[in-house]
Parts: sequence; C-alpha cells; structure tokens
Amino acid sequence: MAESIAVTMECAGVASTRSALIRLENVHKAYNLGEVQVHALRGVSLEIRTGEFVAVMGASGSGKSTLMNILGCLDRPTRGHYFLDDTDVSQLSKVELARIRNRKLGFVFQQFNLLSRTSALENVELPTIYRGISPQEREQHAREALERVGLSDRAHHYPSQLSGGQQQRVAIARALVNRPSIVLADEPTGNLDSRTSVEIMDILQRLNEEQGLTVVLVTHEHDIAQYAKRAFEFRDGKLRRDTIVPDRQIAREVLPTLPSLEDEDEEDLTEAT
Amino acid sequence: MDFWNTLRLALRALARNKLRSSLTMLGIIIGVGAVIATVSIGQGAEYLVQQGIQSMGTNAVFIAAGSNRPGGARLGSWAVKTLTLDDMNAVLREVPLIREAAPAVVGRVQVVYQNQNWNTGITGTAPNYFVIRSWPVPAGSVFGQEEVDSAADVCLLGTTVARILFGDENPVGKQIRIGNLPFRVVGVLESKGQSVMGDDQDDRIFAPYTTVQRKISGITWIQFINASAVSQEASVAAVPQITALLRERHHIRSGEDDDFFVRTQSEVADIAQQTSRVMTLLLGSIASVSLIVGGTGIMNIMLVSVTERTREIGVRMAVGATENDVQQQFLVEAVTLSKAGGLVGIGVGLAGSALISNFLSWPTLISIKAIVTAAIFSAGVGIFFGYYPARKAAQLDPIEALRYE
Repeated sequence: MAESIAVTMECAGVASTRSALIRLENVHKAYNLGEVQVHALRGVSLEIRTGEFVAVMGASGSGKSTLMNILGCLDRPTRGHYFLDDTDVSQLSKVELARIRNRKLGFVFQQFNLLSRTSALENVELPTIYRGISPQEREQHAREALERVGLSDRAHHYPSQLSGGQQQRVAIARALVNRPSIVLADEPTGNLDSRTSVEIMDILQRLNEEQGLTVVLVTHEHDIAQYAKRAFEFRDGKLRRDTIVPDRQIAREVLPTLPSLEDEDEEDLTEAT
Repeated sequence: MDFWNTLRLALRALARNKLRSSLTMLGIIIGVGAVIATVSIGQGAEYLVQQGIQSMGTNAVFIAAGSNRPGGARLGSWAVKTLTLDDMNAVLREVPLIREAAPAVVGRVQVVYQNQNWNTGITGTAPNYFVIRSWPVPAGSVFGQEEVDSAADVCLLGTTVARILFGDENPVGKQIRIGNLPFRVVGVLESKGQSVMGDDQDDRIFAPYTTVQRKISGITWIQFINASAVSQEASVAAVPQITALLRERHHIRSGEDDDFFVRTQSEVADIAQQTSRVMTLLLGSIASVSLIVGGTGIMNIMLVSVTERTREIGVRMAVGATENDVQQQFLVEAVTLSKAGGLVGIGVGLAGSALISNFLSWPTLISIKAIVTAAIFSAGVGIFFGYYPARKAAQLDPIEALRYE
C-alpha cells in the first residue's frame, strides 16, 4: 500500500508537502447481504490534490461505484479513514455529511437526474435551497452556473425540451451552483453519443483548467478516460494501477474533427418541443 | 431550509399533479363539508328546540294525572280520576311559588263547518291558560270566566283547524259543530308551529273546561294543570312542594307511587336540548368518519408519490437535503393537501347547509366553533396520515434512491 501511495505522488508530480484535498487511508467497505458479506472495497488508499482531473476505471464489480459513493459522502467506510480537506468525514453524522455534500461536492450522474416539469433554472437552484441563502442570491447563482455551461438561453426550458447533451450541461450547472471544490461525475457520458460526450468532456476540462475545479470521473470507457490527467484502475475492490494519462486528449482540439450532425439534431429537437 | 421554502416546494410539487391533488383533496372536502353541514343542521334543530321551549315560558310547571314511573302497572292521564280542580286550587293556595294555574282536560273530536270536517284535539281550559302559555289571540278574543261558569258552547281555533275548515274566510263569530253540538268560534290563536316533540300545536281547539268536562268527555276530574311559577328557579323549587301537597291530598302513603307527575319547563328544556345535542354529536361523528377516509386517501397518494419520486428524493439528498428536509417537504405537502381540502370543505359545508335550509326549509345554524374545529382537524388529518409516508421518504438510502428505476 505504501508503495502505491508513493507511486501516486510521483505520478501526480505534486510536492508531497502540500496536503491532499482527498485522502483515503486503508478504506474497507463491506455489505451484509443476509448471510453473505460482500467486500466491495478491500483497503484502498489514495490521494487527490486540488486541481486534479482523475478518471476512475474498472469493470462492474470492481468497487468503483462504492468508491464513488464514499468519496461523495453518500456512504461511510466500514473501516479506514476518509479525509476531505483534512476533515475525517468517516466519523461525521448524517446531517454533517449532507452539509458537506451541499457545500463541497457536486454530483453529475449518468441519468442526468433532473426533476421533470421543472425549469432548467429551478433544477440548477436545487442545491442552493438547502444552503439557506436568499431567493435573490439563489437565482443569481443559478444563472451564473448556467452561463458557465453555456445554457443561459435555455433557463426556462423544461428537461423534456432539452437534448441529452443540454440536460447533462444543466446537471453540471447544478453541480457547480454551490461552488464546490470537487465535482464527482459518475459515467456522465454513458447516455450520450460520442460527439456530445466530447462536448461534456470539454466543459469538464475547461472547468478544471480555467477554474481549478477538481474533477473525479468514473467511467468504463477508455476513450473518455483519455480526457483525464490521471487514471485509477480498480479490480476486485483494490486500486491496481495509478497512472498519468499518456497523450491526454484535449476536447477543444478533438471537437472540430468530429462530424457536427448533432448540432442540427439538437436544433431540431428544441424546435420540435 | 425555512418554512416558506418548504411550502413553496410543496405547492410546486402539488401543482405538477393537479388532477391527482384535487382528487385527493376531494376526500377531505367531502369530510369537512359533511361535518359542517350536519353540525349546522343539528345546531339549527337545537336552536329551534330552545326557541320552542322559551315560547312556552321558562317558568312553566306542568302537572299531569297518572304515574310517570317506569315499570309496574301504569295508568294514563285519561284513566286516572284523582286530579281535580280542588287540587289545583290547593296548589295555588298553599304553594306561594306558583303564581297562576289553569286546568286542562283533553279529548279528540270531529269538527264540522258546512261541508268541511276534520278530526282534531280539543283542550278544555280556563282563560288564563293563554296567559300562562303566552299565546296571543290576534283574531277575536279568549272566552271569559262567565263562559267557563256557564259551560258555554264557545271555542277558539288553532290556525291549522281554522285553515282547514274556513280557508280564507274569517271564522270569528261563525258556528261550527263539535260532535253534535253547535259551538260559536270566538277567536283564532296565533300560530305556534311544531312543538318540541314534533306535533302541530296549531291543530287544536280550545273551549271552557267545564264545557268539555260536561258536554264532551262526561267527566268531573281534570287531566292536567298548567301552572306558572314566579321565576325559573321557583319553578324547580316548587316541584317537591307540589308533590308533597298532592300526595297528602290523595292520601298516598310513603312507599307508594305518585298518581300524578310534575314537570318543569326547564327540565323539559334540558332533556330536549340533550336529545338534540346527542343527535348533533352522532351526525357529526358519522360525518367525521369520512374525514378519516379522506385521510387514508392522502396517505395512499403520498405513499405513491414517495415511490414515484424516489429518484428525486435521491437527488435532493445528494445535493445536500437532510432527512429532516425531506421529511418536512412531504409532510408539508400532505398538510397542504388536507388544509386546502379543509378550506374548500368549509365552503362546501356552508353552501350545503344554505341549500338545505333553502330547499328543505330545515333550520341551520352555522357555528364558528364547528368551522374552526374542522379546520384544525383537517390539518391534524394531514399530519397524522402524512407522517408515515414522509418518514418513509426521509429514511430512503440516497444511493438506492438514485439507482431506483
């Protein structure tokens, strides 16, 4: 394990004196399924620093979803410690975890998970409701977040009036609205075609580059993982490989090489509804 | 999350499913409406009873021949011959709490005027009877003491009898036949409407008691004494004194039953009021069963809603909603449903009781107490039946909820 951490630090090329944004120490997670105990994570230790863009790879059953749930403070490790900003969140109560999810984390899901019959703006506002700020501030923050994903003009559209890519951008805006330090994206391109996927990666890369947002991306697609700076590979509940992504793709450069059929489709879709 | 936010969320969620929300509210609307309508009918009846009793005079004391004791051999007022005019005079003389008294003998007679005839009750009494019962005679006048002394063939008509026999004609001065005897109509009484017991007080003829005793019933005794005490308290206090006096006069030994009974108007009022109150309570509780049914409707819909919105709950939790936030949200939705239903129900209840008093001409009395109770109760129904679904929502595991299909 110690070796793995050493590799991590070297690969990330960050001075070891700087404290990590995320630090897992020998994290175990076991589920009781009746009589059988399933070990989803078997001693995972890793560090992620501010401003990193990490892809978490692995087949289903490798433990990457469990890792995501723990990183997202939706679940607590059975054993081991999880330090987020030097706070040991594995010891916190449910209410405190909810507060951390609200302030420090942003989630992007494969299914978008937008509330139907609710405008894009109101969807983006959702996390601010639980933050206790005034309605004026809430709307202002939501508008800013929509602007950051380039959807200001769709603020009053319902999810059903938006294309898949636009819905995922609304979801990203929702993840950004409370200005978290980390965005956790769980297969964000799983339901999108390849061009739209690259567009989503472009947004994530820009947020990472221009605003220093830390991005953790779970994916099983290798070509999507290529857009990250660093990749973790999980197998059987253990971190097997931690590498810097060789010849990393830059979405901004890839986009012009792709056929732009989707643009027309998107236009059709929004006009039709 | 503050309350206004939660309320806004709840309203928005309910607005998203307008048809379902209104159908769910319907149960509460019907429940609250039914409670308000039935209670207002009940209270209307109570009011009517009170009015009727007051119109008979709250100081009234009523003495009847016959025993009122349940069980044993009982003889009706008609068969008991022991109550006499002398008893009445003795009461007037020896019970100073009693100010006035009038005797009464009753019977049923066939009355005929020209080609109209009618079977009705006759009461033989004295002129002061109409004073004691504060019963005015707008047309004609009451017969006098001379008519009583001479057992004259004169009578007063209740408005029902007057209407049936005479129609629009003025009966005063006309001759009618009671049985085979011709009687002169000297007056028509004011309409008194239904009695507390529900019979028509205007379907009756009044004549001097001597006339009825001698020429119609053929008796020498009397059946009732209508007395009036100096005050309402005096009417109650007079009862034991009258009882003691009459027992002595009738030579009833201790241990034996009375052959008469004494009632005061305030006693009758109490009984009647109690009866109508029980009726109101009964109607109200039947109606509130529908409130409970409405409540289960809310619970049912909230459970469906929680299941349907499992993902939404997952998302809310992921972006920072605590268990409390989620619970509050669903609870407020349930209470908003029931509260809104309650408000509409109050309107429906008011409209319903207005319709009832209009078309069935039943008296209704809107009580603020019933409205406030219904409003509080409907909110309570929301809290009670919304709690379980809200708890269920709050206890969802966000990971499972996000994965829910």
